[in-house]
Amino acid sequence: MLSRKVEIWVGLFLLAGIAAFLVLVFKVANVEVQAGNSSYTLYARFTNVGGLKVRSPVKVGGVVVGRVSQIELDPERLVAVVTLNMDGRYRNFPESSSLSILTSGLLGEQFLGLTPGFVDDESVMLKDGDRIADTKSALVLEDLIGQFLYSMGKKD
Amino acid sequence: MALIDAVARLGRAAIGQVTGMGRAGLMLWGALVAVPRPAKGMPLLIKQLYVVGVQSLIIILVSGLFIGMVLALQGYTILVDFGTEESLGPMVALSLLRELGPVVTALLFAGRAGSALTAEIGLMKSTEQLSSLEMMAVDPLRQIIAPRFWAGVISMPILAVLFTAVGIWGGHIVGVEWKGIDHGAFWSILQASVEWRQDIVNCLIKSLVFAIVVTWIALYRGYEVVPNPEGISKATTSTVVQSSLAVLALDFLLTAIMFG
Repeated sequence: MLSRKVEIWVGLFLLAGIAAFLVLVFKVANVEVQAGNSSYTLYARFTNVGGLKVRSPVKVGGVVVGRVSQIELDPERLVAVVTLNMDGRYRNFPESSSLSILTSGLLGEQFLGLTPGFVDDESVMLKDGDRIADTKSALVLEDLIGQFLYSMGKKD
Repeated sequence: MALIDAVARLGRAAIGQVTGMGRAGLMLWGALVAVPRPAKGMPLLIKQLYVVGVQSLIIILVSGLFIGMVLALQGYTILVDFGTEESLGPMVALSLLRELGPVVTALLFAGRAGSALTAEIGLMKSTEQLSSLEMMAVDPLRQIIAPRFWAGVISMPILAVLFTAVGIWGGHIVGVEWKGIDHGAFWSILQASVEWRQDIVNCLIKSLVFAIVVTWIALYRGYEVVPNPEGISKATTSTVVQSSLAVLALDFLLTAIMFG
């Protein structure tokens, strides 16, 4: 017959394994459990998304208010369509808000910066499924260098 | 004549290899296909989980801690030159999750548990305990091989996950506590770069594959041992050598499929 000690150790071993797995999932990979449908979706078109990735954050004034959930190419317009999964707690962004692809630090990750637009009597708030019209594409370093060299060349 | 002899030797070696693989497959098949008997099988499995899993815990946890700490220390000295020491978190976490966790666990497991399994079964075989079991109408594949196989397959992913978690903690100790990287930056950059599907699920898949291969090799080497002391020592050695090589080769293959 099995001794009690062996059974207890095996039980602890399995529990430790489960605990370590949960730590990896929630603490390291930071998987967020979405409570109900407290999120909404927005779309935006960009001519160039640069190094933007799925799960890149959407920030307003440095605060994360959502994440990129999908990046694909519009087959007709041939521009990138970015789907944003926005946190349901932040809903009051006017339709005139603008979205730009920014870089954190000089060589850091790229993220979406959402700049809230003006609010007056006629402005409408963005709701689920809307598209943000005012977008600024990613700054591509090679293009900048190209422009710089071109303008240098014209001076001579 | 010498030429024909050489060809014959080559042929014999090839037939031996293929026969060996076939016998290994048959052994595993015989052990796994048997109808499960929870009442009798569970205690055997728990006993083996203790021997294979719990008793490997110390070596896995200690190695994980030190490997995480060394990774962090080496990474820090390089990253600090570029002023990007906050990226230490992803460096430690990704290298542990993607490669070192599953691979080093499998190598340590082959040395700690695999060799023990081979020696134990080899000795049972040499002292004809397996034949005696068969004489008593107990299937040795079900009674001896199956619980050890399942114990290995269950233990190794758990050990790999523990190794990785402890390793990341070791990286935290060196990076945050000792070298003074900002606690918040360390964890937020780490969390931003580790992905559930890409990194954690692949870590588990890798270590499950390694578990099957290492345990299988260990059991087969013991089961097919030449029944004398020299045979057991040879079988134990070849368990460690073959499973280490198999793990490293498979790791390259799996990495190429997953991240290539």
